[in-house]
Amino acid sequence: ICFIPGGLDCSISFVSHVLGKVCIHGRQKEILGILVPRLTDLTRSDCIWQRICWRLVECVPDRWMEAVVLGFVQRAPGADVLSRLLGNLVVKNKKAQFVVTQKMLLLQYGHATAVLQNLLGYLSLDSLRRTLLLRVLQELLETWSSSSAVKHSPPEQQLYISKAILICLSHLKKPEIESCRQELLTSMMEGVKCHLDSSLPQLRRLGMVVAESISLKINTEGPVLKFEYEEDNETRELKSLLVQTPPFCVVPSLPDDDRSEKADAALPLSPESDEKPHTAATVMPDEELDAELDSDDDLVPYDMSEDKELKIKAPVYIRDCIEVLTGSGSEDLDKWAATVKALESLVRQNPAAVREVSVELAKILLHLEEKTCIEGFVELRQRAQVAVLTTDPIPVAKYLTSQFYSLNYSLRQRMDILDVLVLAAQELSCPKFHGMTKHSGAQKPCIQLLSGSDSTKDWRRIVDERIKSKTWRFNMGQSRVEPASCPNEFNSVAGHFFFPLIQHFDRPLTTFDLLGEDHLVLGRLVHTLAVLMYLAVNTVAVTAMGKALLEFVWALRFHTDSYVRQGLLSCISSLLLSVPAEQILADMTEELLETQSWLGDVVEKDPDGDCRRLALQNLLLMENLKKKLEAVPS
Amino acid sequence: MALPPPDPQFVLRGTSAAVHTLHFSCGGPEPDIPLLFSGSENGFIHVWNLKTHRVATALDGHGRKSVYCVETMGGKDRLLSQGRDQRICLWDLAEGRTSVTDSVFMEHVGFCRCSLLKVAQGRWLMAMAARSLEEVQILELPSKTLVCTLKPEVGAKLGMPMCLKLWQLNCGSQPVLLAGYEDGSVVLWNVSTGKALSQLVCHQEPVMSLDFDSEKAKGISGSSEKVLSIWSLNEQQNLQVYKTHKLVNAGISDITIRPDKKILATAGWDHRIRIFGWKKLKPLAVLDYHTGTIHCVSFSDHSNPWERLLAAGSKDQRISVWSIYAQT
Repeated sequence: ICFIPGGLDCSISFVSHVLGKVCIHGRQKEILGILVPRLTDLTRSDCIWQRICWRLVECVPDRWMEAVVLGFVQRAPGADVLSRLLGNLVVKNKKAQFVVTQKMLLLQYGHATAVLQNLLGYLSLDSLRRTLLLRVLQELLETWSSSSAVKHSPPEQQLYISKAILICLSHLKKPEIESCRQELLTSMMEGVKCHLDSSLPQLRRLGMVVAESISLKINTEGPVLKFEYEEDNETRELKSLLVQTPPFCVVPSLPDDDRSEKADAALPLSPESDEKPHTAATVMPDEELDAELDSDDDLVPYDMSEDKELKIKAPVYIRDCIEVLTGSGSEDLDKWAATVKALESLVRQNPAAVREVSVELAKILLHLEEKTCIEGFVELRQRAQVAVLTTDPIPVAKYLTSQFYSLNYSLRQRMDILDVLVLAAQELSCPKFHGMTKHSGAQKPCIQLLSGSDSTKDWRRIVDERIKSKTWRFNMGQSRVEPASCPNEFNSVAGHFFFPLIQHFDRPLTTFDLLGEDHLVLGRLVHTLAVLMYLAVNTVAVTAMGKALLEFVWALRFHTDSYVRQGLLSCISSLLLSVPAEQILADMTEELLETQSWLGDVVEKDPDGDCRRLALQNLLLMENLKKKLEAVPS
Repeated sequence: MALPPPDPQFVLRGTSAAVHTLHFSCGGPEPDIPLLFSGSENGFIHVWNLKTHRVATALDGHGRKSVYCVETMGGKDRLLSQGRDQRICLWDLAEGRTSVTDSVFMEHVGFCRCSLLKVAQGRWLMAMAARSLEEVQILELPSKTLVCTLKPEVGAKLGMPMCLKLWQLNCGSQPVLLAGYEDGSVVLWNVSTGKALSQLVCHQEPVMSLDFDSEKAKGISGSSEKVLSIWSLNEQQNLQVYKTHKLVNAGISDITIRPDKKILATAGWDHRIRIFGWKKLKPLAVLDYHTGTIHCVSFSDHSNPWERLLAAGSKDQRISVWSIYAQT
């Protein structure tokens, strides 16, 4: 049959009748095989031919409409072509509408994915037809989420419906999704439940994929539903449906559609035009692919969600921790290790419980030795000790300082005590860092665990900063935002930290002689005192501390070890920085003058460069002090 | 949603000691009773009747020292056991006897399980660790003649051999030995020439166990770390790493591939048995029953596939027996 081009005003209805009759007799393939490509070409740019085509299909009598429409949908090479050929037939003709929106989607499931793409793409291309698209989606979702459908309909049909849903989703624009978001969500929840209940893994997977896709569409930002399942060809194909690829031949779009046309470039399944209507088997081509996986695929994995890392549980109560740590034997080393790791946080979370057993805990920790290799054991122990000390400062400080001067401790242990005291003091004196051992970046005055000499460098930095900050305030007033203020917890305990340490330094013990061989410890002690002094700024005890410190420094000022001397000079710095100027002036003038002359000596004659620098620093501080005092009107 | 893993079909209790080794003997025709041999830390070998789930016999031949390897030699009447008393004992169990017919004194003190290979009717090759640190000896049984000693070259620093597997491609071909060593490498030895054919570093930690599929020329090894290593043997007899699989928890005591080469089981230090598909090492199941380290896993040799079982022996003194993937 060839058409006469030109403006002949002929009656199309005869042709429609013929077409219909032929189609109903099952000869769709033959006639549409020729007709459709011809029409495709003709209608490409010619509006008249488009209209002729529309008339053609519209005039097909109802009883043959189904066959014709079916044939067209199957044979059209793309949704855009279908759109050109059928126009708004579905809107105008009830039968066509039924066929397209109900019969082909819900009642039949033998069509190829390409056909689905055609159909749904066609529906999406015209604004008149889009309402149908939405309706179709809703009905598809209803079926998808109905538990009886999931239970009783064949998997092939369910796959078909899932594909249709995904294609619909891919066509929907954002505002449309917004409008039906709620229904989408409800159906998704229902549907997922039914699908996951199924005992066929394929159905479960289908459910998961569709639910994920729906979730992706309705939640474009924010958390999206994600299931764990094995990807195979089927799931990949399904997911690919969600994304529409633009056609490789550009077709001018219909006037009221601003989106790109759709085509099934991605699907390798079947070329559109020359297809027989498919049977159920080919809707599931994935099954053949499974053949190559053979035996492994028979083996269905069991649920392995319980397979997690074996975590030994640490005790939750402080007293249990004490039991584990003091427990004898190599019983449960894993538990011991877990306890050590968890101890610090437990201590910080249960201050009340810790206060009951604080000294005991401190004792245990001081003597704790590494039973089994743990990463960072030394640090873990120290942090736990600091936590205990800050939770219950006074008794624990008393204990620790007394132990510092006791018999039979190793040097390492004594220095650990000093470190713990310093860290705890720092934590207590820093505002708002409750329970955190990380301190504000600006100041890091922790005495280093390993090498003592580093601390002097830190001190330099701190002292410099402090000086800078003081000068700033003097000249420019408040130039920084002060952090939120809260009571200085170090205030009440500073003395407890400080004085016991300074008390017995000249009393030698059998195993420990600060003034004799153990000058390393002495050096560390001096530095510790400097830090404590520094941290005691604004505390009540600061003046008393300052005085005691001055005496201490005076007694030791000619010590031979330069590390000790550096420490002493740091003490002076801290003193000058922490004790309020007025107090210094009132209580310590003479000592200070003596110290000043000593410092002058050090600057000139001390062999150690750092000492000289520190001494100079101190002299400058003193100058500053004087100036400050002179500047303030009395 | 996947099904939860199955429970053991039954559990054998009564060893009163940690179970270190298991071996099934169920291939005999009816009316033979299917048996499971287990070796425990208290030196006993228990012969379990799998129909009644009770101990049929208890063999005491290792002076109460731990038995860490048990194998049958052509049927349930002849048993080989290896214990920490440095002896490998050969037992005659026919007609209710329980006597040690012969024993081999091992100079090696360690935990390396010996490996048996039947080379001809009534003749076996056995590989065991030798006296010198890195050596493996191959003996012929029952004659106990030394076939060869496999010595790594000087300076190889392989450490102790940890696990051995003797195999031959088919009945006539050369037997070869796969040995896993303390330094984490697996070495392929040619038994006839006594030379190493290939060496592959599979792990950073000692190789605890290995198994090999001669049909596919692919093997798997487990170590004290978290990684399972799968390696293959190409035509030039070279070992190459095929892939690795990361586990959730570290430590594998034993690996065994099912005779039909479809699945394999690993015995974990984290008390769990893991089942994988052998073809692609697809994780199939995690069987969580035991409360102690699992020392050994073994598949049964039932001729009827539906009756196939998997057994696991653990430090918690129990032997769990599972029927899993028996239908495939």
